[in-house]
Amino acid sequence: MIYQGKQKIWSEYQKEIPDDKWFYVRSCIRQNFFPASERMFMEICRDILKKDFYETEHHTTCGGIAYHCDTIPQETAMTIVARQFALMTEAGYENYVASCITSFGNYTEILQTWEEFPELETRIREMLWKACRKEFDKPKYLAHASDLIYKYRNLIAEKAKFRLVNKETGEPLRVVEHIGCHYAKMFPSKGVGGAEYPYVLAGMIEAWGGNVIDYPERRHCCGYGFRQYHVKANRGYSISNTHKKFESMEPYRPDMIITNCPGCPYFLDRWQYVIAEMEGKTYGKDGFGIPVFTYEEVAGLVLGYNPWDLGLQLHQVAVEPLLDKIGISYNPQEKYKGLDSKDIMRPGLPQNLKCF
Amino acid sequence: MGKLYEMLKEDYRIKEGLKTCINCGTCTAICPAAEFYRYDPRKIVDTVQRGNDSDIEELLKSDVIWYCGECMSCVTRCPRKNGPGLVIMALRNLSAKLGYFVHSEKGRQLYPLTKIMTGNILNYGYCVHPDTFKWEDHVESGPVWKWHTEHLEDNFARLGANFRGEGPGVLRKIPQESLDELKSIFDVTGGTERMNAVEKFSEEKAREMGMSIEEYFTYTFGHCSEGHLNEE
Repeated sequence: MIYQGKQKIWSEYQKEIPDDKWFYVRSCIRQNFFPASERMFMEICRDILKKDFYETEHHTTCGGIAYHCDTIPQETAMTIVARQFALMTEAGYENYVASCITSFGNYTEILQTWEEFPELETRIREMLWKACRKEFDKPKYLAHASDLIYKYRNLIAEKAKFRLVNKETGEPLRVVEHIGCHYAKMFPSKGVGGAEYPYVLAGMIEAWGGNVIDYPERRHCCGYGFRQYHVKANRGYSISNTHKKFESMEPYRPDMIITNCPGCPYFLDRWQYVIAEMEGKTYGKDGFGIPVFTYEEVAGLVLGYNPWDLGLQLHQVAVEPLLDKIGISYNPQEKYKGLDSKDIMRPGLPQNLKCF
Repeated sequence: MGKLYEMLKEDYRIKEGLKTCINCGTCTAICPAAEFYRYDPRKIVDTVQRGNDSDIEELLKSDVIWYCGECMSCVTRCPRKNGPGLVIMALRNLSAKLGYFVHSEKGRQLYPLTKIMTGNILNYGYCVHPDTFKWEDHVESGPVWKWHTEHLEDNFARLGANFRGEGPGVLRKIPQESLDELKSIFDVTGGTERMNAVEKFSEEKAREMGMSIEEYFTYTFGHCSEGHLNEE
């Protein structure tokens, strides 16, 4: 087969992803903001696809956010990561999968730096031994969790109850994919499809029936910027970048956005709320926003899970118009309930952004 | 070539990120920070590679090195495989180490950042944790998140998290022996020394500005002067 154009570029950035036996580490931000996505990931991999994914309660943050906020030295970040590798080694695994893009970038950068400067790896091994009396093997394979869902995308499609298709017209939904910057911008060969034409989310969208939208600012950062969000005084940076992306995608009338980064779905969702409240501008139809999802949320939806079990009630942008468009049924009365339908009241409504 | 330049060159991020910059400006063209702030990574990389110590000292004491969002978009597009974002990280590291960060408004933000991040890591084992994420400091998270923070345990239970629980799972309580290991890593690798240095320099600066350290935290976390942005 002769590949041309983008297909040729994609074929040069195919990544070997083992099918089974992974050591799984969680994401700080996703556990806070998208807790059901990580649960869904494990449910898909373990319960539906019967794969071996191991987790230990002893793993911690990789320190990536603190590192990129410049609050810890490089040696500290590297030794925290070395400890995570030691936990993998102790558990008898060789394949390491991270839920977080910042972590994935951090692990990739560290492994590459050690490759180039072996004396630094030796120093980190010594520091880990001194601090924790631990030793480690480096992972044989390193993946981001979205790599695994990409790998399993056709298995998921085979079991799907819904497709990313407008139930009225039969037309594929128009889907924006947003890749976290640290997935492949530093090391393009480590991401499925590289940095310019990443295929990791596009592959899922196509396998599940949607159409990928190309738009000018497709590769632009969501605006997290680490210190540019965590410090209140800097958040203008963050919203300005999100604003730029929405202005750029608006003419293409996206039905939904899928992301593979912890922070991006939070920022793309919440800054739409702020733009609506500050400027009165909304990017979806009839005063709604464009709903933003993690890839596990979308996998859960096509597999037929209850949207409220997937945590979609924690989004600020309403997801109901999209669920209606696909034909996914839901109980509006259950949206803001606790466990066993416990009444825990409901959130207030924004002034401009239409929500339920 | 001066002492500061020599110190910078010891940083592996300079070894990785600064090879032979040809000053083409591609990094600035692609940079999300350069669109927003009065920021030009091309000039910064050029200043560093010239190796003049007084110019580097000026950089280390300036606001400009703190404008970058570390998205690393510049790394993808640099035609010579440089990493301006990595150069920035090395400059920030040296500025923190030498206490030069307190000379600039954006640099002084390192104090609240360090308190928040290292506090979360050492106390909880996470960089971000619901117990320290105050809605009042994050009103952009919306009314839905205000509701969520008022019903944390119910919502996490509903979504299958293991919030503050034993064993694996989402937002589990990380065992004390693992937190002790993190503390030990901080002690051995310079993390604790860095925290203490940032605190010491910030306390001195707070006194100079006539503030208590609590007032300094609030001020540096929330205050933004004019003059940082392109559109001002």
